[in-house]
Amino acid sequence: MKQGWFTICENARLARDTFRMVLEGDCSAVGGSGQFVQVSVPGLYLRRPFSVSDRDGDRLVLVYKCVGQGTAALVAMQPGEKLDLVTGLGQGFHVSAAGKRSLLVGGSVGTAPLLLLARELQAAGKAFDVALGFGDIGLAFYVNEFKALGAQVKVATQDGSLGREGLVTDAIRALDGTYDYYYCCGSKPMMRAVCAALPFDGECSMEERMGCGTGICYGCSIPTRSGMRRVCADGPVFRKEELLWEKI
Amino acid sequence: MGKDLSVRLCGVKLRNPVIPASGTFGFGLEAADWFDLDLLGGISLKGTTLEARPGNPTPRIAECAGGMLNSVGLQNPGVDALVREKVPALRKRFSGAIVANISGFSEEEYAAACAAADRCADIDLIELNVSCPNVRHGGMAFGTDPKCAAAVTRAVKEATRKPVLVKLSPNVTDIVAIAQACEDAGADGLVLINTLLGMRIDIKTRRPVLANTTGGYSGPGVFPVAVRMVWQVARACRIPVVGCGGVRSAEDVIEMMMAGATAVEVGSENLRDPQACPRIVAQLPEVMDRLGIENLKDIIGIV
Repeated sequence: MKQGWFTICENARLARDTFRMVLEGDCSAVGGSGQFVQVSVPGLYLRRPFSVSDRDGDRLVLVYKCVGQGTAALVAMQPGEKLDLVTGLGQGFHVSAAGKRSLLVGGSVGTAPLLLLARELQAAGKAFDVALGFGDIGLAFYVNEFKALGAQVKVATQDGSLGREGLVTDAIRALDGTYDYYYCCGSKPMMRAVCAALPFDGECSMEERMGCGTGICYGCSIPTRSGMRRVCADGPVFRKEELLWEKI
Repeated sequence: MGKDLSVRLCGVKLRNPVIPASGTFGFGLEAADWFDLDLLGGISLKGTTLEARPGNPTPRIAECAGGMLNSVGLQNPGVDALVREKVPALRKRFSGAIVANISGFSEEEYAAACAAADRCADIDLIELNVSCPNVRHGGMAFGTDPKCAAAVTRAVKEATRKPVLVKLSPNVTDIVAIAQACEDAGADGLVLINTLLGMRIDIKTRRPVLANTTGGYSGPGVFPVAVRMVWQVARACRIPVVGCGGVRSAEDVIEMMMAGATAVEVGSENLRDPQACPRIVAQLPEVMDRLGIENLKDIIGIV
C-alpha cells in the first residue's frame, strides 16, 4: 500500500458514460490485476475505489462509469491535473489458479480489470477466452483489445445491438471451447448468474460501498463461508466456493 | 531532542495524546505494516460485544457533506477472541495504551464483557460504548438517559479494576447531565463524542442509502459539535475527558485540548488518510512552537 500523487495523462470517453483515465506516478505498489486504488476526489470526503484496468511502467489505467457525484467530478478533470491515490489495495485475481484454458467473464464496466488479467495470463503462457455482456453497443468497450491478445471473444447485449441478444451467460454459450477455470467481474446479479451457470471452479471480483478501502473500518463486509470478510482487504477477489450468494 | 508530548489519562501514561478512535482502526494490527504503531499514544480497538456479531447488511457507508455516515453495526469476533487473539497479537507490535471498546445490550452483558477484558493484562483502559447508534436496543439506548448510563457504568465498575472511560452519545438534549451521572457512578473518564445519528436518501431509487436506514455521522463536519460538548463537560466534571469527533490535524488536537480534552481520538480521518495519526503526531511539535506552547498539559481546558 502506498499513497502518492499521480498526474492525469489522459481522461477520455471510452463508451457511453464510461471513461478511461491514464495516470502517471509511483506505481511500485500497484500490484496485480484485480487489485484496486483509492482515489481522493476533490471536494468529496471519502476516497473512491477503482480497479486497475491496465498498467505500463509508471502509468496505470482506470476505467470508470459516471454514476454519481464522485465519478462526475472525475469526468471534469483535465490532463495535467493531479490526483491523490492510495495504490496496491486488496487481494487480486489468482493467475496461478488458471488451468488449461480459462474463461474471462466481464459485465459492463466490470470488464475493466480483466484486461490487465488477460495480459498477466498471456505472460504466464495460460490460454483464455473472453465473454462480455453490455446493455447495448454504445456501452461496449475493450472488445478489440481482448481480440488483439489472440483470445476468442464473444459479446452479448441486452438489445442485440452487438453480438448475441441476451446476457453474458449467452455469450459464454456462444464460445467454442472447453474451460476449467473462470474469472468474473460485474454486477452482483450478473456474477451470481455466472457462478450458478458454470460448473467448474472460478473467482469473482466483488464490489461494495467502501469506507476506508484499507481494511480498518469493516464498512464493506460480506458473508462468506469463512464468516464476514472485508471486500477491500480480504477481497475484492473471492473464490467461487467462498461466496454465499444466498446471503449476499 | 524531541518535544515531550506525553499526557496522563486515568493514571496511564500516553507518549502523546493521539489515539485512533474505535471503529476507524480495526484491531490495530490491520495497520501494523503502514507505520510504526509506537508513534501513537494509544489505540482504541473496534467495538466489541460479549458474543461475536456479523454486523449490519451493506451498504454500511454513505458519503455526506463534511464527512460520512456509517452503520457497520458492531461487527466483531466477541470479547473472548479479543482477549485471546486480537490484543495479544497487537501487544507484540505496540507498546502504548490499548483501549478495549466494549458494547452490549444489557447491563449484565456489558459487565460480563468488561470482566473478560479485565482478565487481559495487555488492556490498559476500557472504553464503555454507551453510544453506538447502529444497533437496536443497545448501545445508544444506554447513553441517552442519565439513569441508564449511570447504572451501566456502576455495573461495569464492579466488574473491572481497570480505568473505565464512558464514551458518550451527542444525540442528547443535555450532555452535561449524562456526563455527571457517569462521573457520580464511578467513571474514571469520559470520551466524547460518538457519531451523530443521520440519514441519506438515494433520490433516484427513493430508498435510504444505508441498508440500516440510519447511521452515524462523523468527519470534519462534527468537529465544532465535539469541541462544544468537550468544553461543556470538561467544565462540569472533575474526571478527564477524551475529545473525539472530526479531528484531522495537529491544530484540531490542540483546539480539542484547549476545550478540555486530556487526550484526543482521531476517527474518520484514518479512513481517508491511512497516515493521518502519524502525520498529526509529527505536526504537533511544530504547531506547538508556532503557538508558544511548551507543554501540552498546560493548555488542557485553558478556554
